[in-house]
Amino acid sequence: MAVASDVPKESFRLSMLIYDTRYRSVTIQVFVLILFALFLAWLLNNTANNLATRGKEFNFGFLWQRAGYDIGQALIPYTNDSTHFRALLVGLINTLVVAIIGCVLATVIGVVVGVLRLSKNWLVAGLMTVYVEMFRNVPLLLWILLSYVILSETTPQPRDFRVTDEMAAAGEAPAASMILWDSVAVTNRGTNIPSPLFDRGLGSADLGFMSVNLTTLAYILVIAGSVWVNRRILASARAQQEATGDRPVTWWKSILVLFGPVIALSVALGLHLEIPELRGFNFQGGILVAHSFTALVIALALYTAAFIAEIVRAGILAISRGQSEAAFALGLRPGRTMNLIILPQALRVIIPPLISQYLNLTKNTSLGIAVSYLDLRGTLGGITLNQTGRELECMLLMMLIYLTISLIISALMNFYNSTVQIKAR
Amino acid sequence: MDKHFARTEMLPPLAPPVTERGVVKWLRENLFSGPFNTILTLVALVVIYKLVSAALPWWLNSVWTAESLSQCREIVAATAGEGASGACWAMIRERWHQFIFGFYPPDLWWRPVLAFGLLIAALGPVLYSGQKRSLTILLGIVAAYLVVTLSLTGAPTGAFVAAAVVVVALFAAVQVAPGRMLLFTAIYPALCFWLLWGGSIWTPVVAMLGFVVMGVVYMALVGRFGPTASAIAGVVAAVLWWLFLDIPITQALADMIGGGLRSVESDEFGGFLLAITIGVTAISFSLPIGILLALGRQSDMLIVKTLCVGFIEFIRGVPLITLLFTASLLLQYFLPPGTNFDIILRVIILVTLFAAAYLAEVIRGGLAALPRGQYEAADALGLDYWRAQRLIILPQALKISIPAIVSTFIGLFKDTTLVAFVGLMDPLKGVTQIVRADINWKGIYWEPYIFVGAIFFVICFGMSRYSMYLERKLKTDHR
Repeated sequence: MAVASDVPKESFRLSMLIYDTRYRSVTIQVFVLILFALFLAWLLNNTANNLATRGKEFNFGFLWQRAGYDIGQALIPYTNDSTHFRALLVGLINTLVVAIIGCVLATVIGVVVGVLRLSKNWLVAGLMTVYVEMFRNVPLLLWILLSYVILSETTPQPRDFRVTDEMAAAGEAPAASMILWDSVAVTNRGTNIPSPLFDRGLGSADLGFMSVNLTTLAYILVIAGSVWVNRRILASARAQQEATGDRPVTWWKSILVLFGPVIALSVALGLHLEIPELRGFNFQGGILVAHSFTALVIALALYTAAFIAEIVRAGILAISRGQSEAAFALGLRPGRTMNLIILPQALRVIIPPLISQYLNLTKNTSLGIAVSYLDLRGTLGGITLNQTGRELECMLLMMLIYLTISLIISALMNFYNSTVQIKAR
Repeated sequence: MDKHFARTEMLPPLAPPVTERGVVKWLRENLFSGPFNTILTLVALVVIYKLVSAALPWWLNSVWTAESLSQCREIVAATAGEGASGACWAMIRERWHQFIFGFYPPDLWWRPVLAFGLLIAALGPVLYSGQKRSLTILLGIVAAYLVVTLSLTGAPTGAFVAAAVVVVALFAAVQVAPGRMLLFTAIYPALCFWLLWGGSIWTPVVAMLGFVVMGVVYMALVGRFGPTASAIAGVVAAVLWWLFLDIPITQALADMIGGGLRSVESDEFGGFLLAITIGVTAISFSLPIGILLALGRQSDMLIVKTLCVGFIEFIRGVPLITLLFTASLLLQYFLPPGTNFDIILRVIILVTLFAAAYLAEVIRGGLAALPRGQYEAADALGLDYWRAQRLIILPQALKISIPAIVSTFIGLFKDTTLVAFVGLMDPLKGVTQIVRADINWKGIYWEPYIFVGAIFFVICFGMSRYSMYLERKLKTDHR
């Protein structure tokens, strides 16, 4: 008769580290960790050795030395006496400005193109397909270089705008003229646009480490305040609708609240535009926008818009026909069907890939180097790096900043994404 | 008496009204179906008219033979009248070789040309696996291409013979056993390297022997130690081979038995030769690395997962340009003092890693889209991890992610133009800059950009069409 004996007592053998699935994953992980640590140590050791042989040390002190170079487009006060850190900030702001304007433009163009590509109009759909395929299949660098070259080599010189006495007498028009009701002049040196001026500006307050422009601050406060009041109005309207079923008319209140205070503030501060004028050999007054900036924004926006158009198209196509049929069966008009039924569902499909397009656009701003636009890469990773010879510090700092920007954008967009996703209860 | 009348034959149907048939119906339905649509159509017509009226005369007045831009303009003014615009393709005619080959020595142009022809042949079994007819047609095209281009570039007789031998052997392989063509694909990288850079023939041969060593070690150990341990041992053996044995053996063989091609330096590379070299190499290496990273990110092992996530997120968070600058500026800090290797190789490594991180995310999407049941079924069959991945998971996951993988490849190929910023001569910035700096062609801009853009468009558009074909071919669901 068979007797069930005890389970043989397991003794630990070394080979179990590989063969026993309970231990194998630990073995592999420890092995990988050791390899990684060795690799890291090797890298650090090499770096230390290389720094020593070159007689360099690893520190960021150079950031507080005088930069000594000029930056054409500086949105915060900057001279060539400022520090490298200040130059870094200017570059960072330039990067962000291009990224933000580019994202907004790209979204607008992309949504329009994506919707038009779905249009039943054969001609329009065809044109949009050509646009999308053309921009998606050709490198971004080409579009940047091409728009820069076109802007700077085909636009007229400032003197072509001049109207001499003889021309005025003969009634001839000058070789070139300003556009948009004589307020914007595109020359081969840049684009001159009007700048806002205040008769009774509020000046700026010096906080020691930075100065704050009080006029800008006032505008920000007023706009934020109106938006907040507008939301309160809408919220109370909704509450009344929930309670009684009647929605009070709010549109005139919204318009009044959103635009009234801003207009009042502008009148109070004496806002007017300074129109650029041809004086001597160049345009004076207004703001000179460099072609490198314009070209970069145009190219980035058009290129990314082609991708966004495809995302929008795919998102709308992903909503099944039954949804719009159901909406029509409920008696909703086409406009309201789009707003209430299709878009909220399509947004869910559209937003995640849209996030990565925004990230791509932000990273692609670094191509501004091709047209000598002084963004973060141009200041910190370009001139500062070359002047100080601190490749290691500059590159690491630059990567860190780009990484931070990327993480912030994706965090913000993921938060927005979570607000439009289906609320699972 | 019958008062009723009933028609006994059918009347022929009336033709539909004019507005409901033919061109008019199509126009009404597609272009003028409502006021809004009509406005759209009119706007589109205006846009098209503007574009055509600006571009058409320019194309029609093209000048193909001239010495300089000013001469081009004189010819246009003479033929089409004062003030007319015309394209100056004479620039492309004079400088096409820089756009294609960079500064590659003209008497050696047959080498990249041959390498490109063989590249198409080597890609055949990957792109059209097991399809005899497509492969035969492809090889026919390659043969015709090689005959024409090799004679145009004045290749030596030996090159013709070698190309003929390879193509005939591949023809035979296609007819007998199409799978064998993959052998050629496997040795192609070494062959291509040798053709492009030249030098002793033993350099690529001995380097490829490293893979043979890896295979032999794996085969010898796999019976006793299982796949994981023997794979590690194989890799270690191969790395040891490359680190310590490769150079002396190559040296010895080269001294004993000479033979080789004239070597070409990396800074002579340029144009599309450079773009395609970097693009193809990075594409073929980034896919396996990307798959491994994606698997690592999906892994249960915490440390492996953390490392993969960190790597992927870091690479995806920084622009490619900063990585390229790392290749040109920082690698000298990270490597042992005195190491200095080829800039093209450094760029290829960084571009590969960049693309691999993006691919990893794409493939992870495919892995996540697979139903959980597939993983469980693979476990239930008793397959180990690698077999389950190879036989069940990856074929399905990769199939799902084909469109995204191909768009990553297209992005990678477009990004090869960024190597201009580390001093390499890409077709877009590098070569175009040189051409535009020439006193004869100063001020020319549409022509070089259209030329380069058109070539990029053809390649990228071709890739995206191929991915659609592949999707259709692999579609297994019921329609």
